[in-house]
Amino acid sequence: MELVDEYRDLAQSRECLRAISELVTRPWTIMEVCGGQTHGIVKFGIDRLLPSEVSLLHGPGCPVCVTPVEMIDSAIDIALSPDVIFTSFGDMARVPGCETNLLMAKARGADLRLVYSPLDALEIARANPGRQVVFFAVGFETTAPVTAMAVHRARAERIANFSMLVAHVLVPPAMEAILSSPERRIDGFLAAGHVCTVMGTEEYRPLSERFGVPIVVTGFEPVDILQGVYMCLRQLEEGRAEVENQYVRAVRASGNPTARDMITEVFQVVPRRWRGIGDIPASGLGLSPAYAEFDAERRFRLGRRDPAPEGECISGLVLQGIAKPMDCPQFGRRCTPEHPLGAPMVSSEGACAAYFKHRAKNARAAS
Amino acid sequence: MSDDEDAGAACPLPISDYPEILLAHGSGGTLTHRLIESLFIAAFANPALEARHDGAVFEIGGTRLAFTTDSYVVDPPFFPGGDIGSLAIYGTVNDLAMCGARPLYVSAGLILEEGFAMAALQRVVASMKAAAARAGVELVTGDTKVVGKGCGDGIFINTSGIGQIEEGEGISPKGVRPGDIVILSGDIGRHGMAVMAAREGLEFEPPIQSDSAPISGPVLALAAAGIELHCLRDPTRGGLATTLVEIAETSGTGIGIDESAVPVSDPVRGACEILGLDPFYVANEGRFVAFVPAGEGERASRILAGDPLCRDARIIGEVTDAPAGTVTLRTLIGGSRVLDMLSGEQLPRIC
Amino acid sequence: MCLAVPGKLVAISGDEDGPLCRIGRVAFSGVVKDVNLAFAPEARTGDYVLVHAGLAIAVIDEARAKLTIGDLEAMDTAPDGAGRR
Repeated sequence: MELVDEYRDLAQSRECLRAISELVTRPWTIMEVCGGQTHGIVKFGIDRLLPSEVSLLHGPGCPVCVTPVEMIDSAIDIALSPDVIFTSFGDMARVPGCETNLLMAKARGADLRLVYSPLDALEIARANPGRQVVFFAVGFETTAPVTAMAVHRARAERIANFSMLVAHVLVPPAMEAILSSPERRIDGFLAAGHVCTVMGTEEYRPLSERFGVPIVVTGFEPVDILQGVYMCLRQLEEGRAEVENQYVRAVRASGNPTARDMITEVFQVVPRRWRGIGDIPASGLGLSPAYAEFDAERRFRLGRRDPAPEGECISGLVLQGIAKPMDCPQFGRRCTPEHPLGAPMVSSEGACAAYFKHRAKNARAAS
Repeated sequence: MSDDEDAGAACPLPISDYPEILLAHGSGGTLTHRLIESLFIAAFANPALEARHDGAVFEIGGTRLAFTTDSYVVDPPFFPGGDIGSLAIYGTVNDLAMCGARPLYVSAGLILEEGFAMAALQRVVASMKAAAARAGVELVTGDTKVVGKGCGDGIFINTSGIGQIEEGEGISPKGVRPGDIVILSGDIGRHGMAVMAAREGLEFEPPIQSDSAPISGPVLALAAAGIELHCLRDPTRGGLATTLVEIAETSGTGIGIDESAVPVSDPVRGACEILGLDPFYVANEGRFVAFVPAGEGERASRILAGDPLCRDARIIGEVTDAPAGTVTLRTLIGGSRVLDMLSGEQLPRIC
Repeated sequence: MCLAVPGKLVAISGDEDGPLCRIGRVAFSGVVKDVNLAFAPEARTGDYVLVHAGLAIAVIDEARAKLTIGDLEAMDTAPDGAGRR
């Protein structure tokens, strides 16, 4: 497959690993802030190929992990309401709310439909004028223009039975919260390549300067990740702290202006609660006043929910790189991929799920 | 707890954690396995079931027979490359082949929903007839029931089959030995993607075709050529990864697979990339893996490659004794990752 | 967050309903899908576009797609492209 296979090339990967080994002189910890990058690292076994001095931490870069529990519960409530067709990306289907998840709601009669695109959800709304169609808009800035487009079209075409439950989050405020934590042990960041395809790279400069950390905008294939790691390590070894771009084939410093215009048109910046981390000001997107009628929280008269008790899940500490999954007393005991207590155990790129698989293999090897 | 007591079974695993059946219980992953282990095998324990293979093997009057059953609930009933009828015939034929048996006779029980179109039923039956002829089996007995509207998804089919084992002994996961070579008969992922695309209205052009086909021919060719077959299995729901994990766990061996050796067709590759799906977990209906002794791998691959259904047959891995019960994938870039069973069906993702 | 896949734009259908409804046919390794091109107004047939959830979010710069680790070892890649080495 063009423009994909080249970045899964064995020879190129080996070259990158060679360059990294020759470069590194001391231990460094790098955090990647995108579930897609975590996925690539786990899928291709990258972390175990890197020299032992290099530690990769998985950050809060996945909407599965950071969408607040209350939002999942709201989604379930709406999905179980009469005459509702609840549409969502597949990622959210198994994320636990307080008691259950969307897939289990489907077992109880919710009309849940998993879609590839919010535009498909809009099509469902056109085809079912007598039903309320709600789309669960989760994701970072990469996905915001896409969901914005759906609402924009709904308004233009007067598709009154369409609404969105919006839980978008923004990356830079999350990175700032992590960098501000006194316990943070992160030396450098790989920034989310597709987020930057939309937003550009400028907003990472103040973070890099203020906190003195290198930030490398990185793609998602193994060679991309290895190149990004190399560039980050090079800055660390040279004592630099700048924003650099590995993903040059898809990211320009100015991002995608048309996409950003759509975000500005439809959304406004709002405070957002991050699961496991807490409230971060100005870290989310909500519908702007002009599009308020399409807000599912308003349409279904959902009140503000109190923050759910965190329970035993220490996902916040894991997502910020302060604790490792194995530090959690429930890891592998009451919390497993079949019975997740929190979000990082649910998705294949959740830090806890990734560690769980490796742990299972090592345990079998030892027995 | 009263339900568990009524079942009269010792239930070591907490299936009471799920008061209701979920779709995941049918997807072939961990929940399916838990259900089978803790409810069915626990209730009906006997040597044939303990083998945990695709069919039961037993001997009557000196003749070795294989017996299998399977139910088909695929939605939509018609998809590119096949339909629920041909699938029902080939699926059962293939399970018999996985025991090393020559498929002979099949039964078919149909459960029809009130309102199902007669023309659709005629298409299904015609398809079953053609499939039976192609597979060389006779449909000798059957049953038909009708349930009220809303009580069944159009059409469900159960088929059972009987075959005769002429050559080969103990073809099952417990026959796998360290040193065995793992052969895959062709490219993976077609059936699952074809059905998902048809069901979810994902339009790929050209439409991805299911690989549904009878694979008894190539299997019997291997047996006739004197290849010692330790284990055979068709990677249906749950995909190649799930099948290999099942075999590793049942046999207590370790299986190492080379990702670069596993063929994936271009359309399946493209569709999986777009939806964020892993072809290793996508169902197949015309493929099988064979475990043969070290040294027989090349010969077996060559024999298979001579059959039009197995043109892309190749060696994809080997069996070791460690780590026991684990499937390890050597990734494209030389890394490694453990293949596990999924908890439920693989879902398209955006992240 | 961010599964986006590169595909080749093989045809562009009309945009009578406006640039936000401009649809392209994009080929991904043997399958073709309709993709909304609203956020890639500069895309032309033959370009590779990056597709996320049914929309193209960028046109891939093929000239810059050939970057190897050797290139990186030899140069600097700050976002504005200013070389330092």
